[in-house]
Amino acid sequence: MAEVTFKIPTQLRAATGGEGTVKAEGTTVGTALEHLFGNHPELRSSLTDSEGDLRRFVNVYLDGEDIRFGDGLGTAVADRQELQILPAVAGGR
Amino acid sequence: MSASSLTCRECGSEYPLEAHFVCSKCFGPLEVKYEEHPSAGDPDAIRRRIQAGPPNIWRYADFLPLDRVPTLAASGPGQTPGLEGLPAGSTPLVRADNLAKELGLREVWVKNDAANPTHSFKDRVVAVAAARAKELGFTTLACASTGNLANAVAAAGAALGMPVYVFIPADLEEQKILATGIYGATVVTVRGNYDDVNRLCTEIAGERPDWAFVNVNMRPYYAEGSKTLAYEIAEQLGWQTPDRIVAPIASGSLFTKIGKGFQEWKDLGLLDADQALPIMSGAQAAGCNPVAHAFEQGHDVCRPVKPDTIAKSLAIGNPADGPYAIELARQTAGTIDQVTDDEIRAGIALLARTTGIFTETAGGVTTATLKKLADSGRIGADERVVIVITGEGLKTLDAVRGTFECREIDPNFDQFEATAEHRTEVSV
Repeated sequence: MAEVTFKIPTQLRAATGGEGTVKAEGTTVGTALEHLFGNHPELRSSLTDSEGDLRRFVNVYLDGEDIRFGDGLGTAVADRQELQILPAVAGGR
Repeated sequence: MSASSLTCRECGSEYPLEAHFVCSKCFGPLEVKYEEHPSAGDPDAIRRRIQAGPPNIWRYADFLPLDRVPTLAASGPGQTPGLEGLPAGSTPLVRADNLAKELGLREVWVKNDAANPTHSFKDRVVAVAAARAKELGFTTLACASTGNLANAVAAAGAALGMPVYVFIPADLEEQKILATGIYGATVVTVRGNYDDVNRLCTEIAGERPDWAFVNVNMRPYYAEGSKTLAYEIAEQLGWQTPDRIVAPIASGSLFTKIGKGFQEWKDLGLLDADQALPIMSGAQAAGCNPVAHAFEQGHDVCRPVKPDTIAKSLAIGNPADGPYAIELARQTAGTIDQVTDDEIRAGIALLARTTGIFTETAGGVTTATLKKLADSGRIGADERVVIVITGEGLKTLDAVRGTFECREIDPNFDQFEATAEHRTEVSV
């Protein structure tokens, strides 16, 4: 089990009692998220759909790298890594 | 048709017209929702009202999410009040017969949005976002940008007297960096690509709620500015829709909002009866093709890519409006193509030598996509096509370096005559 830190976006901090960073344990991004949902159940419906997949406008970055460049929810995590959750933002350039 | 709320495109939750951009229930993007136009049912009255408006995007103020047209107070008795900020829009729609002939097409028009104050379509979206930011009481403007937006925000801030922070990838074209800093903006160059810059700005926007990031927390207002491209094209064609639009796709926002603009006017009966939405053809660079790839594969989820293309203004590897762009292309029996860097350079040259319009790499992507559609016989014999040229060639000079040779001579008539016999050929 690795201990990772989730960075929670401002829009979801009501579900974490206002905390911007939350610790969780897991071996992959998916199991770390499950641990996070166990402690903060309101996050589950905001971040995942009825099939348990991440919603399409949710981006998760492992130490700054989009997990879709890795193995998605199956991407392995190591101790002290940071998982950042952010909404996809359109309309850039 | 005043704005009534911000609505989540995914789950329909409603939010007040403030600086929100993401649904706190499902993380979906928020979009402006409007009340019915007060003159709905009387298209002639709406057309007259538009035609009586100023020659810029504020003639479409009824369709934009602002409380009022941003107007300066009259400077004294009898003085005419001016408009606040930089007037964007009312750019030329040019008939491109030489281009059409070369491609074997019946009718092609170029919407030249390089003719905006900072030479790209970004002045439209920034005008709306900055005006709304002022209405909401923000005092600082900011953006994540690949250059054109940085130019537009920096200039808008200068015109409105607001401080500006722009965040750009450190490897951006020099022209775009210089044309931002000159307006007095604070330019922060980030070691990373646009997606890294965007991620950083999304985080900063959350932590600095007093900053109006035009394309983050002001995004719902900003995006609405792109609809004015559709309105102008329709009005310039005599209240008609073209048969097809070819437009570039980066985040997918411009592409989808052009569709929304035509749809709104069709619903109000402003366009000639029986006109369907135009066929929407999207254009991406092969070196940053997440939307084109998903479209080809029949998916509606765009897998992010790491961009590697000369079309830096389209280099968004993680396009948030990609799914909606794909939906619109499918709904209109449209297309989304990708073109290589060589095709982009050739596209810039093709547009320049057939129309007299010099565009940046994004316009090269659009023109090359038009050529690809024409060459493969996917454009109907009777189609009227409009290509949307979003930016200016002088901003991406590196892309055309080495594409032709000058003829150097001594100041001597015989040498001139010897040279004049062979005309310089464009080599791409």
